[in-house]
Amino acid sequence: MIAYLAKRLSIGLLTLLLASVVVFLALEVLPGDPARIMLGMNASPEALEALRTQMGLDHPPLLRYLAWLTGMLSGDFGNSYTYSLPVIELVLERMAVSLPLAFIALSLSTLIAVPVGIFAAARHGRAADTLAMGAAQLGVAVPNFWFALLLVYVFAVGLQIVPAGGFPGWGDGWGEHWQALRALILPAIALALPQAAILARITRSAMVEVLGEDYIRTARAKGLPWRIVLWRHALRNALIPVLTILGLQFAFLLAGTIIIENVFYLPGLGRLIFQAIGQRDLIVVESVVMLLVATIILINLLVDICYAIADPRLRGAR
Amino acid sequence: MSLDPVSSSVPERHVLLKALGNRSFLAGVIITGFIAAVALLSFVWTPYDITRLEVSERMQGLSLAHPFGTDHLGRDILSMVMIGARNSIAVALVAIGIGIVIGVPLGTWAAARGGLADDVLMRVNDVIFAFPSLISAVIITAIFGPGAINAIIAIGIFNVPVFARVARAGALSLWPREFILAARAAGKSRVLITIEHILPNIMSLLLVQGTIQFALGILAEAGLSYVGLGTQPPMASWGRMLFDAQTRLVVAPHLALFPGLAIVITVLGLNLLGDGLRDVLDPRLRRA
Amino acid sequence: MQKLATAFGAATILFASATAAMSERTDLVLGVTLEPPHLDPTAGAAAAIDEIVYANIFEGLTRIGPNGQVLPALAERWQVSDDGTVYTFHLREGVTFHDGTTFDAEDVKFSLERAMSEESTNAQKVLFSAIESVEVADPATVRVTLAHPQGSFLYNMGWGDAVIVAPETADHNREHPVGTGPYRFENWARGSSLTIVRNADYWGAPAALEKAVFRFIPDTAAAVTALLSGDVQAFPNLQAGDALPQIQADPRFEVVIGATEGETILAINNGKKPFDELKVRQAISHALDREEIILGASSGNGVPIGSHFSPANEAYVDLTGSYPHDVEAARTLLGEAGYPDGFSATLKLPPTDYARLGGEIVASQLREAGIELEIIPMEWAQWLEQVFTNKEYDLSIISHTEPNDINIYARDDYYFNYDNPEFDDVMAKLEVTTEPKERQELYRRAQQILAEDAVNGFLFQLPKTGVWDARLEGLWENAPIQANDLTEVRWAE
Repeated sequence: MIAYLAKRLSIGLLTLLLASVVVFLALEVLPGDPARIMLGMNASPEALEALRTQMGLDHPPLLRYLAWLTGMLSGDFGNSYTYSLPVIELVLERMAVSLPLAFIALSLSTLIAVPVGIFAAARHGRAADTLAMGAAQLGVAVPNFWFALLLVYVFAVGLQIVPAGGFPGWGDGWGEHWQALRALILPAIALALPQAAILARITRSAMVEVLGEDYIRTARAKGLPWRIVLWRHALRNALIPVLTILGLQFAFLLAGTIIIENVFYLPGLGRLIFQAIGQRDLIVVESVVMLLVATIILINLLVDICYAIADPRLRGAR
Repeated sequence: MSLDPVSSSVPERHVLLKALGNRSFLAGVIITGFIAAVALLSFVWTPYDITRLEVSERMQGLSLAHPFGTDHLGRDILSMVMIGARNSIAVALVAIGIGIVIGVPLGTWAAARGGLADDVLMRVNDVIFAFPSLISAVIITAIFGPGAINAIIAIGIFNVPVFARVARAGALSLWPREFILAARAAGKSRVLITIEHILPNIMSLLLVQGTIQFALGILAEAGLSYVGLGTQPPMASWGRMLFDAQTRLVVAPHLALFPGLAIVITVLGLNLLGDGLRDVLDPRLRRA
Repeated sequence: MQKLATAFGAATILFASATAAMSERTDLVLGVTLEPPHLDPTAGAAAAIDEIVYANIFEGLTRIGPNGQVLPALAERWQVSDDGTVYTFHLREGVTFHDGTTFDAEDVKFSLERAMSEESTNAQKVLFSAIESVEVADPATVRVTLAHPQGSFLYNMGWGDAVIVAPETADHNREHPVGTGPYRFENWARGSSLTIVRNADYWGAPAALEKAVFRFIPDTAAAVTALLSGDVQAFPNLQAGDALPQIQADPRFEVVIGATEGETILAINNGKKPFDELKVRQAISHALDREEIILGASSGNGVPIGSHFSPANEAYVDLTGSYPHDVEAARTLLGEAGYPDGFSATLKLPPTDYARLGGEIVASQLREAGIELEIIPMEWAQWLEQVFTNKEYDLSIISHTEPNDINIYARDDYYFNYDNPEFDDVMAKLEVTTEPKERQELYRRAQQILAEDAVNGFLFQLPKTGVWDARLEGLWENAPIQANDLTEVRWAE
């Protein structure tokens, strides 16, 4: 077990290192001069040169890569070119939007999808199943940003019960917290729907598979109530694939919200990266991408560990 | 998460009959066929020429002359949606092509060689999978500039590890089988075995995966174009149309309706087709 | 001193609230499209910086008023030597920075020399190019010597890039700006909003608002709903686009369409074939239909222009009739220039709405005349590098938002690649002319030369669409400079 974990961990670290090289190289070839973007069209060459020196852009790439890498290892992610703030501060600020958003969306999709999946599995092959899975099929096909536009049109432009975009900040006191939360409602729903559709399908098929197993038939034959069989025995065994998907979805939600954050103009991580690329705030892009990659690797590792615990046979295998 | 599909051998009998009996497959074929027909039609005919702007006729509602209305530059939305279909399909199709052409040889090669080659390939796969795909696409388009070609590259790169994995998993499950062992005993080279025996047998797997990737590719292209990184005007693109619609949602909501519906219908059709194909080609693959 | 100031401040507030009606509001939420990258106007070109700090947090020796006039600010008055090279500024006394330190001549010397220095990262360093030396005569008097007379010097000192900062705090102005203005910085929730509050120790009349919040809302739909719901009470420049009629029809709001200094042009690479040919450029000008461009790219708002000059300026000449929309004339000119079948070229567009939309329309209009354009959209970074710096382009669409910037056509090596000794001559004269009448005459001549040469396709003046609660007063109608001056803003009852 320890050996297995050590192996997975070292693979994770190797992936991270490789990723850092890829990210750095990719941004190195990115055309555009960060100093020029900050100083604009009327800037004199001397002013540009002075700013480049200030940003440390005059050092050779290898040196900058090593400085960045060693900095990250000691927890220092450097300073943003544009905001001249420590990157970590910016990231934490943005996390305060992205994390709650991802959590709300994930809870929402789980709350919808798992019961629907179980319900459909329990009525396997019947009309209710077909209907639920038809809806899920449709849900998978709806692009979340289009769904977001429809939500904005109905609830923000039409009914005017939630804002169409922007984020007022968490603020102080319950009143302001509630305002902030209101701004996250539509984005969370828009994010949750396609995720819920996928999750419902996974839950259903896992449940269908489990319900076909012998021990379930045995349990039923013993006269256990259907509800208990379903919730206690079947669900527990169907949980592994569901949890796997949940883990992946969380990683996706954290990183993949760029589009939704753009629709609603939420100051989250995705939007930070998007803006930073536009402004050639390379240090921010590099650090945030690395952070996201690390998160995804970590989640994959956790999923692997869960697997290993659940199924000892897997420990030996890859 | 590794999806390790069970080995597959195409059931020879009554595939067609079975296919026609599968509702999902049938619906998928009809919808996808319809969209493809519209896309093809757009090459020879659209109600209006979308390169000619009639700015004074902008943002008109639905009418007989313009069944889907006109957009913010006075173009006919029906014509735009038709040409958008062509664009979406082309981008997604080429992106799959990239995935198959690079991914399948890599995957089957890794399966045939095993050992270090296999390990290295899987690590590289892990790195690509660990990158949030949309962010990478944003960086790629920032490097090469926005445009349909770069959207294809960005989407295609992420198709490579997908097809490599599927091909590898499929091939790995075939190698210990008797008919392969027999071929090896007969002294056939690994390359030859891969071409003669492995590839034909993983074809159905690839076909199913290809359909799924097709649908994902349509969504990805729409997403990239929506954030302004994909297809660029004057070429029509569904994602781009939705971007233009967003700022005019208050005054002309119909701008957002039709391109969105087009995406949903196309993706739905492809997903149905994929599900149907899976059922028809190999019932044992029936998973989520 | 600090205590006294506080006590005085408290008294002012008390006084203010005592005289005001009970119902008077003293808070305001303004919507702005773009978030500034940082808050130091002396170290960045982003208009979003000035749109928050100019006149509110920072002040210069002079300031630009709502109609573009030069007004005294930290310099109460000034004298100019007869040869026009020595400016003696008499500073206001009793002025303090927001951190409590006193403002005096040393701060002026520091600020100007900082902007001129070699390590300066000032985006408009050219504003200070004429300055030879800055001397402190006494704590309330500064003498600035110029290398040569400069007609626009007092105007230059009113730019946001020329505001006065304190040596102790200058390096931190990016995150925590400390100036002398009527408002002080309170906090900045990055990505969402920025708050400024009344400076009780202000040297002039205290601001009517106690607190002003700038909320960053780049999206039109979100901006419109924020306005309708009352969450935001004013958008000094709302990119409402097609949603504007709906707001105009609502009596709760006042909609004021004013002018900016943004001349929106179809930039032409005059140094590149075939655009080095006057007839080709004239053909392009004839092929453009400004009305249609304004309708499609700016929702019908915007004043057409015929040269590179703001219609709001006194010296403006209407030259829009120089090349009326005439496709036949365009074709004929192209034929005469040796391109009877037209030609193809590229159109590189920065990521703004007016450029992207205008680009599609321009491409369609030029196609009528036989010129096929390939549209190449770009990010700012690429645009600045390829088009602006390396001049690798044929055509582009861009708004030149700096005030009074017709002199860019005289610059060597500017991205238009335009060179006309006669024009350079006019600009050189203008630089050393201080007499207003003569200056206007020179400006007129300059506009005419540019129109005659059809240097660029001159499209329209970017509008400033101010939308605010009808009970608000004191917001600027025009934008002669990139600013949201809140000194005079108050709620009327």
